This record gives sequence, structure tokens and C-alpha cells, in this order.
Amino acid sequence: MKKPPVLDIDAILDDKGTRIIVCCGAGGVGKTTTAAALGLRAAERGRCAVVLTVDPARRLAQSMGLSELDNTPRLISSPEGGGQLFAMMLDMKRTFDEIIEAHADPVRARQILSNPFYQSLSSSFSGTQEYMAMEKLGQLRRSDEWDLIIVDTPPSRSALDFLDAPERLGRFLDGRFIRLLTAPAKAGGRSAFRLLNAGFGLVAGAMTKLLGAQVLKDLQTFVSALDAVFGGFRQRAEMTYKLLQAPGTAFLVVAAPERDAMREASYFVERLAEERMPLAGLVVNRVHESPVTKLSAARSAAAAEELESRGEHELTAAVLRLHAGRMQLAAREHREQEHFVTAHPTVPVAQVRAMSEDVHDLAGLREIGELLASA
Amino acid sequence: MESLDTDWDGVRLHVVTGKGGTGKTTVAAALALALASGGRKVLLVEVEGRQGIAQIFDLPPLPYEERRIAVAPDGGDVYALSVDPEEAMLEYMEMFYGMRRAGRALTKMGIVDFATTVAPGFRDVLVTGKTTEAVRRRDKRGKRVYDAVVLDAPPTGRIARFLNVTQEVAGLAKVGPIKNHSELVNGVVKSPETAVHFVTVLEEMPVQETLDGIAELAEAGLPAGGIFINMVRESQLPRSVLDLAVKGRFDPAELALGLKTAGLADGSDASAMAEALAEEIAEHARRAELEDSERESLAEAPLPRYELPLLADGVDLAGLYELAETIRTQGAA
Repeated sequence: MKKPPVLDIDAILDDKGTRIIVCCGAGGVGKTTTAAALGLRAAERGRCAVVLTVDPARRLAQSMGLSELDNTPRLISSPEGGGQLFAMMLDMKRTFDEIIEAHADPVRARQILSNPFYQSLSSSFSGTQEYMAMEKLGQLRRSDEWDLIIVDTPPSRSALDFLDAPERLGRFLDGRFIRLLTAPAKAGGRSAFRLLNAGFGLVAGAMTKLLGAQVLKDLQTFVSALDAVFGGFRQRAEMTYKLLQAPGTAFLVVAAPERDAMREASYFVERLAEERMPLAGLVVNRVHESPVTKLSAARSAAAAEELESRGEHELTAAVLRLHAGRMQLAAREHREQEHFVTAHPTVPVAQVRAMSEDVHDLAGLREIGELLASA
Repeated sequence: MESLDTDWDGVRLHVVTGKGGTGKTTVAAALALALASGGRKVLLVEVEGRQGIAQIFDLPPLPYEERRIAVAPDGGDVYALSVDPEEAMLEYMEMFYGMRRAGRALTKMGIVDFATTVAPGFRDVLVTGKTTEAVRRRDKRGKRVYDAVVLDAPPTGRIARFLNVTQEVAGLAKVGPIKNHSELVNGVVKSPETAVHFVTVLEEMPVQETLDGIAELAEAGLPAGGIFINMVRESQLPRSVLDLAVKGRFDPAELALGLKTAGLADGSDASAMAEALAEEIAEHARRAELEDSERESLAEAPLPRYELPLLADGVDLAGLYELAETIRTQGAA
């Protein structure tokens, strides 16, 4: 494999200009653990860091010594050297509610908060979580209380959702449909809207048939209330985009050396380039290696077979089989990474070897941080 | 239909869920192959638009259309369908109301986008609706078109919500066609014709998520199926050796002798190699110990368990058939 450039994690963490690190990648590759390990390492190197996670797994909170994370940053550790580590878990409903409460008068806010559509929208997993993660990121950044924000992205059905969903939600809430729904109330029978409303009549008829009249009414109420409160969702989404494109942001694509995860990583790298988002590099978690690399899978398996056929050294044969399997796995993982490196030869890479145990505490996170930095 | 004497006789809808990275799609595909073997007809459905089925079977992206993608062992066909919520909505409108034109208008105005993106209850009822329609569908002679349907479902964290469509939609639509439709879906999903299988690997987080998911499912009154323990690494090392290795008391001397006999190394080289291998064994033993305790955790759930091996060369078509065979021999299909 052509050697990719090495990803220098410490250089990124030590650079005071780095204000936001976004960990993205497929589900189940250890994004959240990577984010937490980076946060701890940054704090131990003197940064005041906050980790914003969307992963509801309690295990992460526990590994940081808390029983649970919530929507407010909590202090995890203040290591020597002046750095600090905070962590929080995104509560998307709470975050959404807060935006409504901040922007609407109490009567309107109540109207929105109790609408069934709002409740579905604000507690759903699709789109809203991504949007609210970005919203929260913006809030943390504006507060300027932390000099480094590390965020892991939601476990979307596809990694790209994270980039698409805020825009889509913004587009929807700002879109033609919303204006149509609110048009009858706003524009009455003004002639310019007549054509629009004729089209709307057809649509409304279909929707009534499909959803029932009450649903449509709820939807209309919700949309006009929301529209009156803030509109401009798309503008907010655009602001977030700009924030992500800014020089202080570093994207880390996280993957495991498996086909799906590496493929997803490739997509992500390409997509980030398209969107002109600053990519710092690729982190490959859970890489298997062997302390006995000079004994190949083929030789090991052949020797095991030889011993087995002779009926000698059963133990050695079993060990050699184990080693052959391990080398085979390592070779496959190597191939999966090779595809990526061939396609993206300039992307810096850091590998983290597979641990035989799960991370349970700060010491475990620290170890991962060390592996990340020494890659 | 003849009795096949498997653990899931009578089940027609197999819902496969699992945490990301556990190989959910792989297991769903292998299960579909296993269920189809012996001349049956099985539909494999994906709902998240990831084209995972196409990738696994090495095919170009699947359209929104049921098409045959594989032949099972001993005859039998696997069909596949990638459900797109937007298409499902248009189809639904046309099928039940003959409203093709209105459907188009809805799409143009972004309403379908709304229904499928912003209100997940609607999206879920559409894709589960399409799936359960395939389960119920009968041919002209009244025979079911598919012997079984395998659904590659959303991840464990979302599965109860995803299947509990009536609940999800209830808040939005108290009456009306969507509500009725969701009740139809509910009738299938909560019946004994459905089983929700969990895919996990022997690691702490996925196991915990599996147990949480099983509890959540029970709470929602949804029928749990089996636990598929995926990517199990097998080793022929005896228990006693592993125990010694965990404690760091494994003696590499015998190993060195074996390596010499096998002609792999000589003298001090053999000892050095044996020591390095001992390190590998110790790591393997620690991992095995952890896996055993995760196995025990899983045993607390009152569900049948199946173990699928880690395929050293990754999942390719041959590997898929191998997994299907393992599924069959363990009685899961």
C-alpha cells in the first residue's frame, strides 16, 4: 500500500486556531469514543474542550464518570496544565423547545409546543437531530466559553444525512408548501394567489382524503405559528454551513477497516470536498494486527495442517490456526484500507488498533487518545 | 405448506434489526437465502435507501420494484425490493384512491418530502405498509405470493418506534385513511406471523443495546424472534490453555517445540516466535473471556440464539451462502 500521510492529531489539538472538530462516519465505527478520547487529550494538553455527543449510550457517560449526560455541558475533568473537559448529550426536543421559547411570545410558544406536528417533528429521529446538533454547535460556538468543541454526528441511516438533513429541513420549513399552507390565511383572495390557491385546493383535497381533515388543520396551525415565530430556517441552516466551512473547523472521518465503513468514508471525503468543508483526515478504528507479522497466514495454515495430519503438537497446530486467521483478517483489513488510500492518496490517516477490552473509564479514553496521536 | 421443523415455522415476516456495524444487512440477506432454500419464494426488503442489498449481492442499485436477485440452495428464489418512502406514498395514493395526479402535485410541492422526512411516523407507516402488503399478498388462486418476507429494518435503537406505527401515527392522525392503514400494518406486525430478530456481536455495547431492544419490544407488545450472534471468531484452543493465557502463565516452551517440528523456526528463533505468539494467545484469551461474559448476558434473554462465524475473507456471495447454511443447520430457517 502506498503510504498515506500521517494524521497528526496533536498538531490539530494544539493549534489554538482549531475551534471545532467534527467526527463523522458510518454507524458503529466508534465515532463517539473517538470524540471523547480527543476531548480528553485536548484537555490534557491545555485546551478548554467540550464534547457534544448525540449518542444516547450511557456507557460513554459512565466512562467519563457521570451516570448520565444531558443537554447542558458538565465538567468531566480538569487535568493539570489548565485545560478542562466538558461533555454533553444533545437532547433534540429540549433544544428545539428552547428555540421556540426564545423566539415566540408565551401564548404562541404554548400553541406550537402542544401541536401534535411539532411534537412529532421535535422528537423524531430524522432530520431534526442533525438540525438540532448543528443548532447546538452554533450556540456553543457563539457562547465562546470553550476554545474547542468536538462533536460527533448522529448515527444516520447514511453518513451524508448529517450534511443534507439541516438543509432539507430548512428547505421544507421555508418552502413553497409552507407558503401554500399559510397563504389562505395571509393573502386572502388576492388575485395573484388565485392560481396558487387553485393548485392548493387540489392538494388540500388530496391531503384531506389521505390524512383526514383534522390532520390538515393541525398542520396548518403548526405551520403558520412556526412561520410567524421565526421563518428563516433556511438562513439558519446556511449560517451553520458557513460555520462548518470556516478555517477553524476540522473534519475527521472515522471508519473501521471494513468494506461498508470504508466505502462510507470514501463517500464522505468526496462529499466534504464538494461542499468545501475542511477535511483533516481519516481515523481507522479497530485495526487488527499481529505481533508475529513475519509468519504469513499461508505458511501458518500449512504448518498447522502438517502437524494435524501427523497427529503431533495439537496445541501448536491450534495456535497456528489462530494466527493464520488473525493474519488473514489483517490482510483483509489492509486491502479495505488500500482501496481508500488509492482513491484518496493525500488524505492523512491515523490507525487505532483493536483493543481487547471495551473502554470503561478515563484511563481507557486516554489510551485511545495516545494511540490516535502515535499513529 | 409442509412443516420444515424450524424454530420459526409459521412466521412470514422476519424483521432483522441490530446496532450499526453488527452486520444486520448481511444476516438479513443470509436469512432470506436460508428461508428460500428448498424451492420457496422469499422477498428481501430494505427500507433505508442505502442499497445495502445490492452491494452485498454485487448488483447495480435496486429500483423500487421486486426483482429476483438470487437462487437459493436446492432451488428457491430470493426477490429484493428497496422501498423508497416517496414512491411508496405515490403508489399508496394511486392504489387506494386513484389519485395519481394529486400525488404528483404533492411531490412537486414538497409535501411528500414533508411526510417522509419530517413526520417519521408517516414515513414508517408507508414503508412498513409496503412490507406488510407483500406479506399479505395472494395470487389468483388465493395462495400467498411469498412464503416469507425478510425486512432489513432500522437499527435497534429505533426498532420499537419503527414497528409501533399505530402509536406513532396516533398523535398525528386520529381518524382517516392513514390511521386505518396503520391499523392494518399493526395487525400483521403484532401477529404470530411476525418475528423480530436481533443481530449483535459479542461486544459490550451491541449486547447491551440488544437487551434494551428486546425489553422495549416486549413493552410495545411486539413479537421477538431470535438473537443472531454475528462474526464469532472460532478457535480450537482448549479452555485450559486460554485460562493459563489470561493469567499470563502460558508456557511457550511446548509451542517452541511444535514450531520446530513444523519446520517454521529453529533454536532461539523458535523461542522468540513462540513468545510473540503467546502474546497473541493472551490477547485472544482476554477477548474470549469478554465474549463469554457477553454470551452469558445474552442468555438472560429468553430467546433462541444462533452463532454465525466471522468470514475471514469478508462477506462475498460465497460467504453469504455459507452463512445461510449455518442458519439452516442451527434451525433458524
